[in-house]
Amino acid sequence: MRLFWLPTAALWQRELIRFWREKTRVLGYVGSPLVFWLAVGAGFGNLAFFFPGALVLTVMFSAVFSTMSLIEDRREGFLLSMLVSPAPRSAMVLGKTLGAATLAWIQGLIFLAFVPLAGFRLSLPQLAQAVAVIFLISIAFTLLGFLIAWQTGSSQGFHAIMNLLLFPLWLISGAIFPPSGAHGWIRALMMVNPLTYSLALLRRTLDSTPQESLPSSAAGLAVTLSAAAALFVACLLAVRRNGASSPA
Amino acid sequence: MVSVQDLTHRYASRLALSAVSFEAGGGEICGVLGPNGSGKSTLFRILSTILAPAAGRAVIAGFDTAIQPAQVRRAIGVVFQSQSLDRQLTVGENLFAQGRLFGLSGQSLKRSVDDSLQRLALGDRRADLVASLSGGLRRRVEIAKALLHQPRVLLMDEPSTGLDPVARLEMWRHIEDLRTRQGVTVLLTSHILEEAERCDRLILLHEGRVVASGTPSELKSRIGGDVVVLEVDDPAAAARLLSVRFAVQPRVTGGAVRIEIANGHRFLAEAVDALPGAVRSVALHKPTLEDVFLDETGASIGA
Repeated sequence: MRLFWLPTAALWQRELIRFWREKTRVLGYVGSPLVFWLAVGAGFGNLAFFFPGALVLTVMFSAVFSTMSLIEDRREGFLLSMLVSPAPRSAMVLGKTLGAATLAWIQGLIFLAFVPLAGFRLSLPQLAQAVAVIFLISIAFTLLGFLIAWQTGSSQGFHAIMNLLLFPLWLISGAIFPPSGAHGWIRALMMVNPLTYSLALLRRTLDSTPQESLPSSAAGLAVTLSAAAALFVACLLAVRRNGASSPA
Repeated sequence: MVSVQDLTHRYASRLALSAVSFEAGGGEICGVLGPNGSGKSTLFRILSTILAPAAGRAVIAGFDTAIQPAQVRRAIGVVFQSQSLDRQLTVGENLFAQGRLFGLSGQSLKRSVDDSLQRLALGDRRADLVASLSGGLRRRVEIAKALLHQPRVLLMDEPSTGLDPVARLEMWRHIEDLRTRQGVTVLLTSHILEEAERCDRLILLHEGRVVASGTPSELKSRIGGDVVVLEVDDPAAAARLLSVRFAVQPRVTGGAVRIEIANGHRFLAEAVDALPGAVRSVALHKPTLEDVFLDETGASIGA
C-alpha cells in the first residue's frame, strides 16, 4: 500500500508545486471563459444561463492543458525514471490525474466565486454540492486529457484534438443552448454527449428552479462517474500497453 | 553482480542484440563500449527492466530482469541519457519525490535525501531550482537521485553526453569515489574512448555482438608493440608495397595505412624510405582502445 499511496502523493504534490511556480496560468484559464461569460451572458441578457457552461469551460481548459506536461515527461526522462521505480503504473496515472484535477478544481472554484453575479443564491449544502460536482468534472476531464496526451505524444497533435474534439463536445453540451431548443440530429448528438449530463448536474446544483427538459441529477451523476471510471481504465491500459516503448 | 547470458533482441526485422554474454563483478566500473547502433541502448533498456529480451537472460544482484523486475528495480539506480529531473522543482523536491516512488517517507526519507546529497557533495544545492543548475551539476543530481534508495548497482547510459571536459572529469571523480569508497557497482555505456580508459572492465559491442572484453590494458596488450599510421597519396598501393616488402598486414582506413608492429620506430623509418615522396604524414603511438576496436571490427567507434 505504501508503494501505491506515497508515489501517488508525490506526483500530486509535484503538479501543485509546478502550478504554484507559474501562477499566471491561473489567470489564463479562468480569464477567457470569464470574458466569454460576461460578454455573451450580458449580450443575451442572461448571465445565469451561461454561467455553468463557462465554468465547465474553465475546468476543461485547465484540466486538459495541465495534462499536456505528460508529453514533456515522456519525451524527457522523467517518465522513464518512474518506470524503473517499483511504483505501480496505476499510482502513476492516479497521481498525475489527481494533481492536474486539483488544479482544474481550484480554477473552477475561482470561477464559482463569481456566482453572485449570475444571480444564484446558494445555500451552504448547495455550495458544498457544487464544489463536489466541479471536482468530479475536473477528474473526468483530466483523465480525458491524460488519454489524449498519452496517445498523441506531441503538443501540436494535442492542440488539434483539443480543437476538433473537445471544443465541439462543449458546444453541444447545453452550454450555449439547451437540448430542448435544439433541432433533430444536433439534439440526438447532445443526448449521447456525456458532457450534456455532467453540465446538467452542475446546472441543477446551482439553479434550483424546475428544469424538466434537462437530464436528472441522478443521470448526470451516473454518467459522469461512469465516464471517469471508463477513462481511468483506458488510461491504465494505454500506459500498460506502451509504457515501455516511449522514446528513450 | 551483473550477469548477462545469451541476450538476444530484435526490433521487427533488425537484430539489435545477438547472443550477448558477459559478467560484471561487484564494486567495479564496467563499460559497454561501442558506436551508435551497436546495441548499447537496447542492452541498457533490458538491464534497466524497461524492455524484456526476446531470448537469453540478464541477472542483476541475483534477480532476473524479465521475471523479477520489482526486485531488480530496488537493486539498481538508473541514470538515463535524457534528463529525468523536473526542472521546475528544486533539487531537494526532486529527491523527495523520487524517495516516495520507492515507498520512503518521514525520517527515513529525510535521511536518504541527506545521505544522497552528501554522497555527491550537493548539500548546498538542495534549495536550488534544477532549471538554474549547470549541465554538470544536473548530471550529479541525476546520480544522487538514482542512488537515493541505495542500490548496489548504478546503470548509466552515456553519462558524459552534453558535458564539457571539466564537468566530465568532475563526474568521473564522483563515479570512482562511489566504486572505491562505497562499493557501488557501476555499469555504463559509452562511445567515448577517454571514458572507456577509466573503466575496470570493458565490453566491446559491435552490431549487437560482443567482439572483445577485458580490462583496458588487457585489450590493448592484444596488439603487440606499436601502431604506425602513414598518410599517403595512394593508400591501397602503399599497403600492397609494404605488405610485400616487410611481411606486415597493413589496413587501409580513411586515406591512411595503419600497421601494428613491434619496434614501430625502426619500421617507421624504413617504411618512409620505401615510399619515397608519397608519405604526407606519419604517426606512431601505443595501441589505444580505438585500435583494438578497429582490429576487431574494421570499424571506428566514433563513427
